[in-house]
Amino acid sequence: MTPESSFTSRLASAAAHTGAGPAFWIAGAILFAGVPLLNSLPDDSFFHVSDFTLNLLGKFFAFAILALGIDLIWGYTGVLSLGHGVFFGLGAYAMGMHLMLGIGTEGVYGNALPDFMVWNQVEELPWFWKPFYSLTFSLAAIVLVPMAAAATFGYVVFRSRIRGVYFSIITQALALVAWLVFNRNETNLGGTNGLTDFKHIQGFSLNEPSTQLVMYMVTILFLGLAYVLCRWITQSRTGRVLIAIRDCEQRVFFSGYSPASYKLFVFVVSAGLAGLAGALYVPQVGIITPNQIGVLPSIEMVIWVAVGGRGTLSGAIIGAAGVNFMRSTLTNHFPELWPFFLGGLFIAVVMFFPKGIVGLLRKASGMIPSRKPNSERA
Amino acid sequence: MAAQKAITALQEGPWSDKKLAAGYLLKNGDPALLPQLEELRSNTNRRVRRLLKPVINLLKNKAGLASPDRETRRAAARDLGARGTPEALPVLKEALSHEKEHWVRYDLEEAIHLLNLDSHDPQVKFTAIRKLGDMRSSAALPVLQDLTTQQANNLEQQTLKDEAEKARRRIQKWQDVTQGVEMLLQGLSLGSILLLMALGLAIVFGLMGVINMAHGEMMMIGAYATFVVQETFRMYLGEHLFDYYFFFALPCAFVVAAVIGWVLEGTLIRFLYGRPLETLLATWGVGLVLIQTARLIFGDLTAVQAPSWLRGGAQIVVGVQLPYNRLFIILLALFSVAGIYLLLFRTGIGLRVRAVLQNRDMSACLGIPTRKLDAYTFAFGSGLAGLAGSALTMVGNVDPELGRNYIVDSFMVVVAGGVGKLAGTITAAFGIGTLNKLLEPGFGAVYGKVIILVLIILFLQVRPSGLFALKGRHLDS
Repeated sequence: MTPESSFTSRLASAAAHTGAGPAFWIAGAILFAGVPLLNSLPDDSFFHVSDFTLNLLGKFFAFAILALGIDLIWGYTGVLSLGHGVFFGLGAYAMGMHLMLGIGTEGVYGNALPDFMVWNQVEELPWFWKPFYSLTFSLAAIVLVPMAAAATFGYVVFRSRIRGVYFSIITQALALVAWLVFNRNETNLGGTNGLTDFKHIQGFSLNEPSTQLVMYMVTILFLGLAYVLCRWITQSRTGRVLIAIRDCEQRVFFSGYSPASYKLFVFVVSAGLAGLAGALYVPQVGIITPNQIGVLPSIEMVIWVAVGGRGTLSGAIIGAAGVNFMRSTLTNHFPELWPFFLGGLFIAVVMFFPKGIVGLLRKASGMIPSRKPNSERA
Repeated sequence: MAAQKAITALQEGPWSDKKLAAGYLLKNGDPALLPQLEELRSNTNRRVRRLLKPVINLLKNKAGLASPDRETRRAAARDLGARGTPEALPVLKEALSHEKEHWVRYDLEEAIHLLNLDSHDPQVKFTAIRKLGDMRSSAALPVLQDLTTQQANNLEQQTLKDEAEKARRRIQKWQDVTQGVEMLLQGLSLGSILLLMALGLAIVFGLMGVINMAHGEMMMIGAYATFVVQETFRMYLGEHLFDYYFFFALPCAFVVAAVIGWVLEGTLIRFLYGRPLETLLATWGVGLVLIQTARLIFGDLTAVQAPSWLRGGAQIVVGVQLPYNRLFIILLALFSVAGIYLLLFRTGIGLRVRAVLQNRDMSACLGIPTRKLDAYTFAFGSGLAGLAGSALTMVGNVDPELGRNYIVDSFMVVVAGGVGKLAGTITAAFGIGTLNKLLEPGFGAVYGKVIILVLIILFLQVRPSGLFALKGRHLDS
């Protein structure tokens, strides 16, 4: 048995008997098949889901994948990273670069180079752009580049036993620095305006509703896979060590484990998930700029998980979708109120409902015995 | 009435008379003629305007040299050096003969030598080059550069060329030094702001285990308090009192920020002691709310006008000017640090704070009101940030997101300096501040920041708990 097939078979068995209960399959079916079905209803039907809404949902659930990663490292391992925007951005830019090259000569300047390079008087495609012509390379880069970045950064930082708030502060500085670097024109990543004006993906026009529908379904599919992966990790022995690290790192250390290795592992996995989320985000939203990956978005991502309920995987998904839904509703109608709301959310979730929506729901249904008591230790 | 005759000649005489008249005015003109000449210039043709230009220039600067204001005299001297004609030489020499201020004399001499560079007498030219080199004149650099690239046809020209090369090197070397000094100064002033910010952060974190992400907003509040005080002075008090608004604004910024900090502590932070990650998130939310509030009240960008006594600077040596505003910021930081030292090590409150810092439970047992102390400390830290914000208005604009630009750097100072020791915070603040500015010219501000982050991470490999850590046997500390 090759390691890879053993991995997939274990993943399948994990899906079969660890996390994926009936709720998972029902929610999955509704999101994967039900919503597209509603989308195909006639426009005047009450239950019709518009293309716009579908696209929005696709974006939310791409964020949910990212939230799963953050939940893994923060909710389960207790390590608060304020730099996940960077990994999200690396995945998003990898995908964006591939799509950018896919524009070919259809750009404003009719040049094979991306428009912003023509604008910046770049004569030749920079070396690091060239491999992104290949779809295979781009797809690999989407997860591998953020994972490699996380592995390098994480190795150095965890090795020196930087933890707690120190880790959070350092990752925030990382987000700031990445934002600064991505903003520069000479890094050839589109500067402040980022990458945009994508035309098609593998020959399918990105403006077509059918392409967007497929993108949505792909997102849901990956969300399901990411959920199963996280479930598998958290239910395994490793997952128990992770929770132990969150609750008392010293004790784990003195029990002969190496917390740094576990943290590094989880950091790298969550960076990979963030990269995947970024790559799914870009074709659906059509733009990626440094402002979507800086300090502010990075800390906002954390609050999605907090609102949903840290330490529960469903919470991460609910939080990401919920907060972003609120965001798009509020910024449409009361743009100047959104910062108040977001700020209030930060305060409220810490002060009044630290276990998030899932915690509130559990409390509300406290009388009903859960299927697996104590499976989520706080 | 020869001058009047010359003007009449310029008005209606034939071309040769006009030239003579202009030449006469260059030698003997009086600044009192300026209005007449200006009027003449606006009513005449191009040729005459060209003729008049050096005359008016010279007369204007002549008036400038007679001004009682030092800076005006200096500007006039520099202008003559850069654009003057040989006719300006007697004017400059005359001014030099009764000038007493050192730096005006410097500018006058520099101008004289610069004009002498155009002289046809090689001996004069040679002396001028040598003198300019002696004076480390930066204005002479481009001219000397030209001289060194000229073709030398004979021994005399070769000597001049060599001398110019020598002078150019001396000036260049000096400029490198002064640039370094200037960077250092800017770095120190940035470091001072970071220090004022980081002191509050470090004390609060050390004492209560609270990461205050809204600390930058305390700074923003201090800046806006300064702005409000300034506007009030402008509206209700006369122009002569305006210059003193800053004396009132500084304590005001401290008090306003401290009060808001105190309220914040009482309503929110006190419930989150010892849970740094939670406080980090909650205070970030507070920051968002404060920023948006400021934006709704004050709009996006406001400028604070520095009082006149903080504008300009003191010249120490050639090419190095100490801007008063930066000097003021540095002094303010030093003064605050001295104050904190006195407070911590010479007063009863300081003694209690240090006791709580070492062992909270034990201090509580001994009757120290730890909760009250926390509130005071938090308010005090916020006040310091308010001071930093007030000082910042001297060097830049005020906008609602002002604090966000400094918060990450301030936290890096806390991380690198270590928690619980003032010396660590001070060293780290000035270190990071100067490094920031020293790396800027070579690598650009962005890559400078990248390098600093990498350096800090590498530094933490060697000393995980910062420069000066509290010594203890805890695994956590």
